[in-house]
This record gives sequence, C-alpha cells and structure tokens, in this order.
Amino acid sequence: MDARELTMVEAVTLALRRAMLDDPSVVLLGEDIGTNGGVFRATEGLKAEFGYKRVMDTPLAESMIAGMSVGMATQGLKPVAEIQFMGFIFAAMEQIVCHAARMRNRTRGRLHCPLVIRAPFGGGIGAPEHHSESTEALFAHIPGLRVVIPSSPVRAYGLLLSAIRDPDPVLFLEPKRIYRIVRQRVTDHGKGLPLDTCFTLRQGDDITLVSWGAAMHETLQAATQLQQRGVSVEVIDVATISPLDMDTILSSVMRTGRCVIVQEAARNGGIASEISARLAEDAMAYLRAPVQRVTGFDTPMPYPRHEHFYLPTVADIVNACEKTLEAPSTTAWRPYEIF
Amino acid sequence: MNHVSQRNTHYCFLDAQGQNLEPLPSDISLDWLRAAYRHMVLIRALDKKVVALQRTGQMRTYPSCLGQEAIGVGIGLALQENDIFVPYYRDQATLYLRGVTLTQIMQIWGGDERGHLFTGHAHRDLPLCIPIATQMTHAAGVAVALKSRAEPHAALVTCGDGATSKGDFSEALNLAALWHLPLVSVINNNQWAISVPLTMQTAASTLAQKAIAAGMDGIRVDGNDVVAVYHAVDLALKKARSGKGPTLIEAVSYRLTDHTTADDATRYRDIQQVNDAWEREPIKRLQTWLHAQHAWDPAQETALLEAVRTEVDAAVAAYLALPPQAADEFLQFQFAQMTKPLTAQQRYQQVRFATDSGTQDPQGAR
Repeated sequence: MDARELTMVEAVTLALRRAMLDDPSVVLLGEDIGTNGGVFRATEGLKAEFGYKRVMDTPLAESMIAGMSVGMATQGLKPVAEIQFMGFIFAAMEQIVCHAARMRNRTRGRLHCPLVIRAPFGGGIGAPEHHSESTEALFAHIPGLRVVIPSSPVRAYGLLLSAIRDPDPVLFLEPKRIYRIVRQRVTDHGKGLPLDTCFTLRQGDDITLVSWGAAMHETLQAATQLQQRGVSVEVIDVATISPLDMDTILSSVMRTGRCVIVQEAARNGGIASEISARLAEDAMAYLRAPVQRVTGFDTPMPYPRHEHFYLPTVADIVNACEKTLEAPSTTAWRPYEIF
Repeated sequence: MNHVSQRNTHYCFLDAQGQNLEPLPSDISLDWLRAAYRHMVLIRALDKKVVALQRTGQMRTYPSCLGQEAIGVGIGLALQENDIFVPYYRDQATLYLRGVTLTQIMQIWGGDERGHLFTGHAHRDLPLCIPIATQMTHAAGVAVALKSRAEPHAALVTCGDGATSKGDFSEALNLAALWHLPLVSVINNNQWAISVPLTMQTAASTLAQKAIAAGMDGIRVDGNDVVAVYHAVDLALKKARSGKGPTLIEAVSYRLTDHTTADDATRYRDIQQVNDAWEREPIKRLQTWLHAQHAWDPAQETALLEAVRTEVDAAVAAYLALPPQAADEFLQFQFAQMTKPLTAQQRYQQVRFATDSGTQDPQGAR
C-alpha cells in the first residue's frame, strides 16, 4: 500500500481525499478552499479532482458557513467546513453552540448533525493578530461537540477520517505551527483512529507528561531530555479533548504519581485545569507531588515579534518536571495521613 | 407583483373589508377557501387555549400567533410533502399543516423536547428555531443539499421582522441568490420585535427590498390575506422547485397580542394601534367574503366552532396525559452513542432520582 513521507497538512489533504472517495455525501466548503486550495493548502487539488459541487468556495461569512453546514448535515450531506483561522470562528460560535451541538438533543434523535469544522489554530507562525488563538477550551465546554486535535501526520490522517465518519459534530483543530515541521510515513489505508481515547506516545514509570496539539512537539523534546538524565517519562497525547478520556490519564498517573500538563492556551479555565481537577478528584491518593501546569498566559497571544515570550518552551516543561520530581514525598500522599 | 420599495403597496386579493381587490387566482376554489378558513379558526382556538393553559400554570412561555394565522396557513397549504420547512417559533399553523400534531406543539411549549419527534410531511423538517435568524443559514444549507441531489423540492424558511436586522439573514440571502438555491424565505412582518417597532428596526421602506441587495426577487404581500400569502408562496416554491432560484417574501401582518406569555405589550404599545389592527385581521375578512359569496352560513360556523373545540380539547387532554420523561432521558441524545463521561453521569442521575419517582417537576407544571 502506498505510504509516503507526509507533513501534517499533507496528511489532512490525504484524509479529506480518502473520505471524499469513500463517501459521495462528503462535501467540503469554506473560504478560499477551492481554486486556491486553502490558505494553508489543506484542500490542494481537491476541487480539480472532485469539482466545485463537492469543494465549495463560499462567500466570506463564517456564521453562514457553520449555519449552512448544519442545514446540509440534517439532510444527508456530510459537510467538512474550513474556518480559515480559529481567530475567526467566533462569528460561527452561535451556530456551533446553539445548533450543531444541540440538533440531536433538541429533536430527540430525529435529526442529527454529522459535520466537521476544521480550523487551523495556535501561535508560533508569526501571523498577524487574531491568527494565533488557542481557544479550544471554549468548545470543549460545549456539550454535544467533539473537539479533536491531532499532533502528528499519522494522527491527523486517522483522526480526521474518524471525525468525518462520526455521526455527530466534530471540531477538528489543526495545530498549524506543526503543519510542516515533521514528516511521517502515512499509509492511505482508510482506517480511522478512535475519537474516545488518548494516545500514549511513550511509556514510563516516574512521571506522566500530558499535552495535545503543537505543544506536544516541545513536550516530546522535554521528555527526551529527561530520559537522557535517567528519568522514565510517560507521554500522553490527549488528542480528543472533549469528551475527555480520563481513564488513560488516571491509570498512568496512578502508576507514576506525578503529572505535568502542557498547554499552549491561556492558563485560566483551560483543559489543563480540567485534567488537574479530575486528578485531584480521582487520583489524590496516588499523587506524590502536586500536579503542575505549564501554560500560556492570561493575555491574548502577543503580536508576532513577541510570541516567544508567550509560548511554553522545552525548558519550561523540563523545569516543571524537575520541580515535580523533587517534591518531598517519596511515598504516596494519602488524605488520612494529615490527621 | 408590486414594487417592493413602496411601503404602502403590497400584493392583496381580499382587502380588510373582505372585498375583492382583484379576481382570485384560478386555482383558488370555494372549497380551498373554506379549508383555509377552518385551519385559521382552528389555530386561533389552539392559540387561545394554550395561552389559557399558561395562565393556569399548565404551559410554559408561549409565543402566540394571534392575527398571523393567514401567513402560517398560506405557507402550509403551499408547501408540498417533500419540501423542507425550516420554522422559527411562531409557526404553529404551518407546523400543523405539515402533520405536527396540536399535542406536539403544546408539548414543545410545555417544555418537553419529545414534541420535536415530527412525523408526516415534517419528518425531515427542522425543529423550531429560537435564536433569531440563525435558521436562515440552516435553510440555505438545506437548499444546498436539495440542489446537490437535484431533488425537485424547495426549502422554505420563516423569520420575524426583527430577524432582518441580523447578519445571518443577510448572509443566507446573499448565498441563496449567489448559488441560485431552491429557497423561499418568508418574513412574518408583524410590526413588532418584542417592544421594538419596525420604525426602530430599519430605515428601509420595506423588508422585501432587502432582496434587491442580495440579488433576488422580493415580494410584499398582505399577510392578513390568506389568498395572497398562498399565491405568492406557491409561485415562489414552484419557481424554486424548477431551478429558477430563491425568493424573499415579506408578509405584512400585525402581532395582535404580546410577544409571548412572558411579555406585556401594554407597556410599550398604544391600544388604539392594536384596535385598528383588529380591523384588518385575517379571519374576519375571509369570513366576510365567504358570507358575501353565500359560501358560508351561521350553521356552518357553529358546526366549525364545535368541531374545533372538540379537536383542541382532545389535543389538550392528550398533552396533559403525556407521561413524563425519565430523569436520565435528557442525557441520552448528546451523541449517537453514550460516551464514558455521560454514562457515568447517567448512573449518577439514576441514583440521584432512585428514591422518588424522578419525574416530579418542582414548579408543578408539566
């Protein structure tokens, strides 16, 4: 079977093409996605291959793109809409929150909404203001919506295929900073990856590192540095941040007793906070050190000249891990010990 | 068709006094008119009953359609089985004509999602849409789906006059005209968006003229003349079904009562304006016309009112007898399959409500 070294954005294109070949009800729509192939080229060549009726260049209106996708999805199409940058998704928020995520519930299952909204997200590419948001937690908070974030070409291919095949709405957030920095052999086998599970990328016993999206890149580098110093690191890519697979994270942290969560998004109210809360609720007795979060700041992403002041670095992650590993308790802290 | 930018002109067959302004279209028979009359009388009876139920604590917040029955009935009679209806929230008459039962309409406004299990012609129709104008883009998407499969059917969407100020309204019209979609958009211009009169909503002379900017036909009809509404919607639907593109229809009517049962229109509206509007309401004018044609008599009216009361009372009885939802039912429709977090929450909910019936509504009403 054909396997090629692909970047993540090429893997996205490959999955879109595979989904369109397999299912004639799959249609793409968005701004600049047709003739131009998308501003990041994620839909490159697809209009030429499938025609304008399946690769639709829409007028410039995000609410309309999301709203028409809702209408299309209720009538047997599987729209895969592109919002050009996540910073422009807010005009579509009402449609996503009030309709896409509620159609099945509101109609008690009579209608459903099998749509995918793809949006490049995150900072680090030197783009203008409003082009670098990481607001995934806003959407993870919305019941009825799956929020999926790949962090490698292979997972981009497999997760996007599953997202398109899913009978419910999926927000598929593509970390554009790593669109082209890694190549991986991707086989066009048409197999999806599960949307209800985290991916354990490395196994280890001393500490669990949890991340998703572009920050996975720095997290893996930090893990390598720690491993070189003899620390056994488990690395988990959350991938689907909602609904959240806590089983994988809990079973890892119950074993390692230490956890650092890395997110590019602002610190307050993020997915790292949710994971941290769940660990406190369900794994307190197993923790040997407080859970640490390495995050962005509670500000907008700075203008591109100063993005590096904001983004979590490998050193930040290593430092947080060292602090966690140095925590005094060598045996599990148990609630009853304080009495 | 009248020029859409003149506020005081519109498409009308029967004037407020029930007189012919022009000959009725050839496809309008006396039987059709009597049927339209019956539907309007039924919906008004339903409306009155539902408001009464609300006042006695047996119904939740409800948006009356009093005075706008001709719009809903005209649309409902023009739609065909395989067209797709995309309603807003004041479409009781059209829903009824699509096969949604009076009980289901009461169920929705009584606070029970199961009312949205539409059957009949409505089985593919969208649910009621409460966020203003958001349904306009859904309807455009529905029309894209119909067009992409070359189905010879149309989508029809409704909205109020306030919705015409919103972005989704313009975005949907723009797309419908640009892509030549089989879409008919009907504005129920009842003059009031809660407390905001149309004069505070727009400087445009008419709402139909918003079609011009989009690049489609705009028609202004007397929304209190069921013949005019039907005729305009029927022509627009035929045009859409035959691939000739979208139409915007402004149906001019008047909201004879409060926005919803939670509103008090006496706070912001002169009673004289309401009284004047009662002189133009749709049921009286058709009744007057039918009487003048000797096509309706007092005995038929008495029989109709009795039949309508029986039908509404039966629907109310069925509504009041509906079994409540189980305490964990609302958790079951988020996704096609239960997720792990929801399964855990469902177990919690089952335990939480295991000690009582799990079905008591703390506010006492259904």
